[in-house]
Amino acid sequence: MPTNTKYELKIGPATREAFGRALVALGRESEQVVVCDADLSKSTYTHLFAKEFPQRFISCGIAEANMVAIGAGLAAAGKIAFVASFSAFVLNKGFEQLRVTAAYPNVPLKVVGTHSGISIGEDGPSQMSIEDLSLATALPGFVVVSPADDASMFALVKTLAYHPAPCFIRAGRAKAAIIYNEGDKFPIGGSKTLLEGKDLTILAHGLMVAESIRAAEALEAEGISTRVIDMYSIKPHDVEAVHKAAAETGAIVVAEEHLTDGGLGVKVAQTVALGTPCVMEFVGVQDRYAESGTPESLLDKYGLLARDVVAAAKKVLARKK
Amino acid sequence: MTSVETPSFTELEAVAKRVRRDIIQMITAAKSGHPGGSLSAVELLVGLYFDQMKHDPKNPKWADRDRFILGKGHAAPVLYSVMAEAGYVPKDQLNTLRQLGSIYQGHPDVRFIPALEASTGSLGEGLSVGIGMALAARLNGSPSRTYVVLGDGEIQEGQIWEAAMFGSFHKLDNIVAIVDYNKIQLDGWVKDIMDLEPLGDKWRAFGWHTITIDGHNPSEVRGAYIEAAHTKGKPTAIIAHTIKGKGVSFMENNPKFHGTAPSADECQKALAELA
Repeated sequence: MPTNTKYELKIGPATREAFGRALVALGRESEQVVVCDADLSKSTYTHLFAKEFPQRFISCGIAEANMVAIGAGLAAAGKIAFVASFSAFVLNKGFEQLRVTAAYPNVPLKVVGTHSGISIGEDGPSQMSIEDLSLATALPGFVVVSPADDASMFALVKTLAYHPAPCFIRAGRAKAAIIYNEGDKFPIGGSKTLLEGKDLTILAHGLMVAESIRAAEALEAEGISTRVIDMYSIKPHDVEAVHKAAAETGAIVVAEEHLTDGGLGVKVAQTVALGTPCVMEFVGVQDRYAESGTPESLLDKYGLLARDVVAAAKKVLARKK
Repeated sequence: MTSVETPSFTELEAVAKRVRRDIIQMITAAKSGHPGGSLSAVELLVGLYFDQMKHDPKNPKWADRDRFILGKGHAAPVLYSVMAEAGYVPKDQLNTLRQLGSIYQGHPDVRFIPALEASTGSLGEGLSVGIGMALAARLNGSPSRTYVVLGDGEIQEGQIWEAAMFGSFHKLDNIVAIVDYNKIQLDGWVKDIMDLEPLGDKWRAFGWHTITIDGHNPSEVRGAYIEAAHTKGKPTAIIAHTIKGKGVSFMENNPKFHGTAPSADECQKALAELA
């Protein structure tokens, strides 16, 4: 893509809504698709599937551990089985079941966590998920994705449904800026270079992609040429794109709505260490839990705005010399 | 075994005895493992694989097969031995139990034995997985039934009761939970660690048709499986009263043999008793 690409970043639906719509499309496509939910179907948008396919919607009650293992049983028996809840619940309460009934036997269960990150807002830390990528990527064999917008979420849900490995799909509650067009392709292990640049690279996923584009535009205005890559595929991640970014720009900022311990940042750092080592900075939730507030006020207080990405970019450039 | 004559109890008892001998020999060879809870479950598994389950060792992935999950995965030796008797896995390698590269892993592992329905070993999860399989069968209009053997200590896990609530709410009548109630867990007697009583009342309160049997009596075992198959609109729980270490006098009701391998001498004594 040319350096002068402009992104309008018009506000679109939340990625959880795209997930719900993709489920309905999948349900029409295949009789084998079944969806389990733990009393959050109105929030996870699985209610769209439930309405059209009540026989294939399985209400599990508020029992996430049981739901995960039941989903694994369905998947082991040949179903395209989705289990959905808030990320905080399905991964934390279901982690042991994800480990033993899905990851270890390589059962192709599809796990969807909505309400990821801190941008869920007022409900506060018990409902927020800032550890989910650390947990999901720790499971051997799991594919982990964190789409940034409506079109990429829709495409990835449809792709992963037929992928013969367990998968975790990270979705958000907040409305997400539109970046892609319907029909764009998002292969597993791929990435999207959204802006070209030569001074540094910003790697981001989820809602930090839009913030990173805004940051790059601000940096560009100051004459700093900034590459922005959407790393929607967290595991496996696009090793080649990271190596290239390190070698060509010599400075990397990773921006994610997740703890900086775990998540994409540590995976990228590992890759960079094995390739052309370069200076790096990390934008994310530091070693703490957030609190209640509007999504905007939380992203401001906890340092997840374009402004924070710009600051990290300047810091990394100062260290680049 | 898609169609087979009903075996006599004498035949089932002969299989059970061979399975017990295998269990003793394989755990002795491995120098570690769980003899007590393997020996207590013998008749429960023999009654499934050699009498009640519709399955085909030559076609282990037959879509309409009945499915078996060993929730109490540490009793893997009884499952391996029964599956070897049935022709799924080689009998002459049973004594490689727990060795590097052996298909007979410490706990059942589908990566090594694809004919297994689930990898187990972390207690409390097998019933939920079995329920998932039973749901899939119902959605497919398949006659397949799923059987899950649970340890008594295992059902102290909360997930079992989440699964129990689920099974009756969804009126799943193609799942059977069998509690191998041998009264002993790793640290001692179940009643001293976390008593389960009144156990039948608990399963009934959770909406399961509940049958209590002597889990070493092949006739009662068969009767319970048949009753479960005829029970419509709700799942069945079979509470099988068993004896930990059944068949070997010095292992019976002895908490030491929950997770201790017999010595070479003890192995010889045990085999003499099982001659």
